[in-house]
Amino acid sequence: MKASVIVFPGSNCDRDAAVALEAATGQAPAMVWHGDSEIPASDLIVLPGGFSYGDYLRSGAMAAHSPVMREVVARARSGTPVLGICNGFQVLTETGLLPGVLMRNATLKFICKDVWLRVERNDTAYARRYAKGEVVKFPIAHKDGSYFADEAALARLEGEGRIAFRYCDENGEVTADANPNGSRRNIAGIYNETGTVLGLMPHPERLADPMLSGTDGAKMFLSLVETLH
Amino acid sequence: MNIAAGAARAADTLTPNIIAEHGLSADEYQLLVAALGREPKLTELGIFSVMWSEHCSYKSSRVWLKKLPTEGRQVIQGPGENAGVVDLGDGQAAVFKMESHNHPSYIEPYQGAATGVGGIMRDVFTMGARPVANMNALRFGAPEHAKTKHLVAGVVSGIGDYGNCMGVPTVGGETNFDPRYNDNILVNAMCVGLVDSGRIFKSAAKGIGHSVVYVGSKTGRDGIHGATMASAEFDEASEEKRPTVQVGDPFTEKLLLEACLELMEEDAIVAIQDMGAAGLTSSSVEMADKGGVGIELELDRVPTREENMTAYEMMLSESQERMLMVLKPGSEKAAERVFRKWELDFSVIGYTTDTGHLVVRHRGIVEADIPLAALAHAAPVYERPFAKKEPQGVVAPEEVPPPNSMLGALECLMGSPHLSSRRWIWEQYDHMVMTDTVQRPGGDAAVVRVHGTKKGLAISCDVTPRYCAADAYEGAKQAVAECWRNLTSVGADPLAITDCMNFGNPERPEIMGEFASAVEGMAEACTALSFPVVSGNVSLYNETNGVAIPPTPAIGGIGLIPDIAAMTTVALKRQGDVLMLLGAEAGHLGQSLYMQLMLDRTHGVPPPVDLDAERRAGDLVRGLIRDGCLSAVHDVSDGGLLVAIAEMALAGGHGVELDAIPAPLPPHALWFGEDQGRYVVAASPDQADAIHKAAAVAKVPLRLLGKVGGDAIKIEGEPPLPLAALRIAHEDWLPRFMAHG
Repeated sequence: MKASVIVFPGSNCDRDAAVALEAATGQAPAMVWHGDSEIPASDLIVLPGGFSYGDYLRSGAMAAHSPVMREVVARARSGTPVLGICNGFQVLTETGLLPGVLMRNATLKFICKDVWLRVERNDTAYARRYAKGEVVKFPIAHKDGSYFADEAALARLEGEGRIAFRYCDENGEVTADANPNGSRRNIAGIYNETGTVLGLMPHPERLADPMLSGTDGAKMFLSLVETLH
Repeated sequence: MNIAAGAARAADTLTPNIIAEHGLSADEYQLLVAALGREPKLTELGIFSVMWSEHCSYKSSRVWLKKLPTEGRQVIQGPGENAGVVDLGDGQAAVFKMESHNHPSYIEPYQGAATGVGGIMRDVFTMGARPVANMNALRFGAPEHAKTKHLVAGVVSGIGDYGNCMGVPTVGGETNFDPRYNDNILVNAMCVGLVDSGRIFKSAAKGIGHSVVYVGSKTGRDGIHGATMASAEFDEASEEKRPTVQVGDPFTEKLLLEACLELMEEDAIVAIQDMGAAGLTSSSVEMADKGGVGIELELDRVPTREENMTAYEMMLSESQERMLMVLKPGSEKAAERVFRKWELDFSVIGYTTDTGHLVVRHRGIVEADIPLAALAHAAPVYERPFAKKEPQGVVAPEEVPPPNSMLGALECLMGSPHLSSRRWIWEQYDHMVMTDTVQRPGGDAAVVRVHGTKKGLAISCDVTPRYCAADAYEGAKQAVAECWRNLTSVGADPLAITDCMNFGNPERPEIMGEFASAVEGMAEACTALSFPVVSGNVSLYNETNGVAIPPTPAIGGIGLIPDIAAMTTVALKRQGDVLMLLGAEAGHLGQSLYMQLMLDRTHGVPPPVDLDAERRAGDLVRGLIRDGCLSAVHDVSDGGLLVAIAEMALAGGHGVELDAIPAPLPPHALWFGEDQGRYVVAASPDQADAIHKAAAVAKVPLRLLGKVGGDAIKIEGEPPLPLAALRIAHEDWLPRFMAHG
């Protein structure tokens, strides 16, 4: 599997994503600078976490208009899997590849901690190594992670089975207490219509190494390798 | 007070008032005139005032700081550069330093703390290192003080927002609440970076005719006279100093970090220095002075973000996220390409000369022409009078009344502002980015993996201000020892420390006495533990209306774990493990949290540190960790033995069944006494023999405490304290305080 990681000014999880990808694929991904308009042939494009353009204007808003994103959108529309993690998810909503918006956390504070997620579907390239309904541990680290979309859009996401992960408790119960940031319907990540573009606030790359007190995130990268070779 | 505006009006007529506003005494002004051989121009006065400020010149502390040990086999760079450097083997080195941002953080907590973090990270990456971990040591006033909540909220979000945006994990620290910090909080930020030991960059500008290059943000009028502000005590008018606080932009600093590290890959840089306190002045003076050259600056080429800035303002601005470099001839184009790629300002603003002078030109006028020797070496050095304080007497355990219930007292201590969980703070810090944080906040020391290796860097910040207030000598010794102990507890070889010396007004003999005693205590501990000082800073004048903070020599230490597979944590791992105490017990309750919180008494000497015993106990524990004998380790510090055990139980989610206390000491003195040099360890029962033998060989006392089991803390003769209840008490205080207060 050949992967490319897009690097914006202010990206800061680009190396972390590269490390997790290399651990899963055995080869280092291409690191693509935001100013480039070309992306090498890739089976997967990753938009990493961080503070692209310092979160100025709105998280992800400036990055969505950088030259490289035109190419990312084109690739995504032609079926290339695109994974947006944290700030990458914010960029995906700003480009319109995914619906909704990530708002300031309900606590108004940055939150960094491990959370439980329920895997809502496992029939995608990202999730085949998980069981449907499996409860997994991923860390979150964000200030603007409260997923919002209007009721019609939420109903559509639900109806089309496009919710990827929901915040839940240790037993998989989707409760208000288990919602760290005020996201609508405890949504932690969503897919596009074809299940090829995934945006999520939690960081799979941060628990993909046995030394880091968890490896649930590694399964996402292994799923991708299995599907995309 | 607005020095800049007042000075601009006054042109070059230097009235005694203007001189006084620059923080120079009459004697110091005479020294300046003698060094210069004439009356200074206004810009020159400004340059002298910041270079000779306490903050930049260490004029009160210098004679004492020489007493600190700074050498060792592991030391690559001791004090005198932007940060200290220690060897990690395999061609790798750690670069680290801690610095205060106390005065600005009190005046404007969010920006003050944020720019403190930004400044310390610049110190580290200036040397070519990628920052890999931040820590902070925070002292706030009493929780009930009207300003405390606002200051905590602002400082924590300022630290978080800056470090989080930079993508450098903030992996821990310590926080105290004490009424003696009501009007002078302390914000000490530490940064640790990693560098190849062959690629360390320094600040000496060697060579004549080389380009002096300005990179980073534009210069504004913010922070003018910040260094002077940090060199005076506060009074009612201090709020008006808000314009002297700098404003941070972590996004620009992230770009600056990446651009600097990218350029450092090439052979382009002769010297590099960040523009921190006293901005363009101190960076240019220090680089030229260290390299033994002169420097000429053309201020018309300095990128500015405000119009009509004067030479005075540009030389004294403390705008953030700026660097000064001296480039090798012919590298200008390549360097400019890198900085343009990262969308940063890049401007050749001068060159090195053989004159030995700092010459500043602006709009065709020479605004300053000063021999560097006068700025850097003619600065006053004071041997200020000092009066050391007689320590109080020892409090005998028998004099201290016991509590009604040991576990009741434990619950009270664990839920107090002093010992309650700091989770509310560190969950606002991204402590996992870079995916090398193998021990997260909340343990004895944080551990970050040396990227791509099995080695770990252990990091801890420590000082117990109430000990230092009672006896600055023993308190400072204890701070060094506790830091060494915390690094040992995770299995690290302690390497070296950085210090942040926070004290009151040095012109008062009793404060100078505290400073002198603290330096002597540190020196003794550092020597005995082979734990040298490689960097640090001094922050004096932490007082308001004549009332000083407790002496607070904050110690930031780092250690190396050769293989993180053998690292230990505080968390109890298994039911059935045995719990043991290593180290001698005397039931010392003087200055204990038990006395302070349960009896509202704060007298007596602090617990003494026996450095020989400290070293033996630490070396024993480290050896046992390396041999795989221990399943959990925690040092005994604030609150004493029962608190240490409770913290291990909460971290692991396992209860403990504790044996009765042996005669003859009173039980509460053993449970809550704060005797030094002790560790609680857990081990599987089949390791017990080996541990006993090793302790006997090392001559370290060992006492069996009980065993791991159940879901409560159990002491004979008292109803068990369920962990669930203890956890609520421990976790609840800080979020509740910050939500309501």
